[in-house]
Amino acid sequence: MPMEKIIALTINGQREEGAFPPHRTLLEALRGLGHVDVKSGCEKGDCGACAVLVDGVAIDSCLTLAWTVEGQEITTVSGLGDLAEPHPLQAAFADSGGVQCGYCTPGMIIAAKALIDRNPEPSEDDIRLDLSGNLCRCTGYTKIFEAVRTAATTMRAHGGKA
Amino acid sequence: MYAEFELDIPDSLDGALGIMAAGAAKGVTPLAGGTNLIVDMRAGRERPVRVVGLGKIDELRGIVCDGDRISVGGRTTVADLLYSPEIAAAGPSLVEAARLFAGQMVRNAATVGGNIACGSPAADLVPPLLSLDAEVTLVNGSGTRSVPLDEYFLGYKRDLRGQDELITRVSWRRPVERSANAFYKLARRKGDAITVTGVAVTLSAEGERCSRARIALGAVAPVVMRAKRAEALLEGETLGFAAIDAAARQAAEECQPIDDVRASAGYRRHAVEALVRRLLTQTRDRLI
Repeated sequence: MPMEKIIALTINGQREEGAFPPHRTLLEALRGLGHVDVKSGCEKGDCGACAVLVDGVAIDSCLTLAWTVEGQEITTVSGLGDLAEPHPLQAAFADSGGVQCGYCTPGMIIAAKALIDRNPEPSEDDIRLDLSGNLCRCTGYTKIFEAVRTAATTMRAHGGKA
Repeated sequence: MYAEFELDIPDSLDGALGIMAAGAAKGVTPLAGGTNLIVDMRAGRERPVRVVGLGKIDELRGIVCDGDRISVGGRTTVADLLYSPEIAAAGPSLVEAARLFAGQMVRNAATVGGNIACGSPAADLVPPLLSLDAEVTLVNGSGTRSVPLDEYFLGYKRDLRGQDELITRVSWRRPVERSANAFYKLARRKGDAITVTGVAVTLSAEGERCSRARIALGAVAPVVMRAKRAEALLEGETLGFAAIDAAARQAAEECQPIDDVRASAGYRRHAVEALVRRLLTQTRDRLI
């Protein structure tokens, strides 16, 4: 029987520990620690609802074993901002109506954050490419892409910072 | 996930090879990006006793141009290919395959070695690499061997990698002659879709004559295959419509598609002919 191991993760700037067996995915670990802003969708890398940043790179947490990201910086959508101080992406998704049921939104915002950090002035094609691993079954993407464009513009106006 | 296994995450290649050698008898599986393996383990299609995580072995990741040889580490990600100016110069078809590969989060994790090792006939990086005459380097505790990618696959999801071996790199010679290559992925969508038919071609020319032709076909046979009889119809010939049309028909003739959930065999065969003709025409027009 494989042993559990105590794994330390830095989640949204806070160090947290949990005891996990080898097969525990990062998605399961995060939700088990109370980070339920990370959503579980298809659990096979198609939908992107579980996306988080690991050291700034967007990955599907359902395809990542918790042991393999020990010591790395994990950012979930809650780590970007909150209702009082939303990140420009969070504000733009709300303002443009890029949210209907909301289930895909955390992953969409994480994928968009990784895009804008790498490419502050993304074209329409860049946005489509970087959001190609995030499925929305409500809005049809138009307002989601609009939100990403708006947020990128806001962030450029603030010197690339949130 | 309910699968149970031992997990090691060594920080050196030697460490990984030691674990692979020790576990070879009982079943050991290397874990790179995990975008196939984790899904297969969750579905019960893969039941490894021991898993070796390769994430800390930095020497397996990177793109090196040494003289006329391009070498890509086995743990290099699909996104690394997409953003690499070296790959854009040495194999644009590979960049195109990387762009159309799954979705962004998967591209950020999935690796070149993993895409080859999974042995899928729909693996998108394989047709461009096959059309570039790539070689796969395999390493175990007792040595290193390089095999042509063309000889690597033995059958549907079967390859010649030993239980104790790791794919450490994939490399190919940058063509010194006038050469062009292209890739097209036919699928339901541009993103997040499994390939119905993938075609990669590389053409080299001397004057108007074809000096070397490579046509690689994905998802139309048990393995990603080269249409070698079609290639032979081009080599030495003038790169005009007659030779290209004959090669396209021949490629459709020699592929071995099946009916499955994504498309019928007949549709795939038709797609091979149309896409081979289109890509050969495009690459020919860039050369002549």
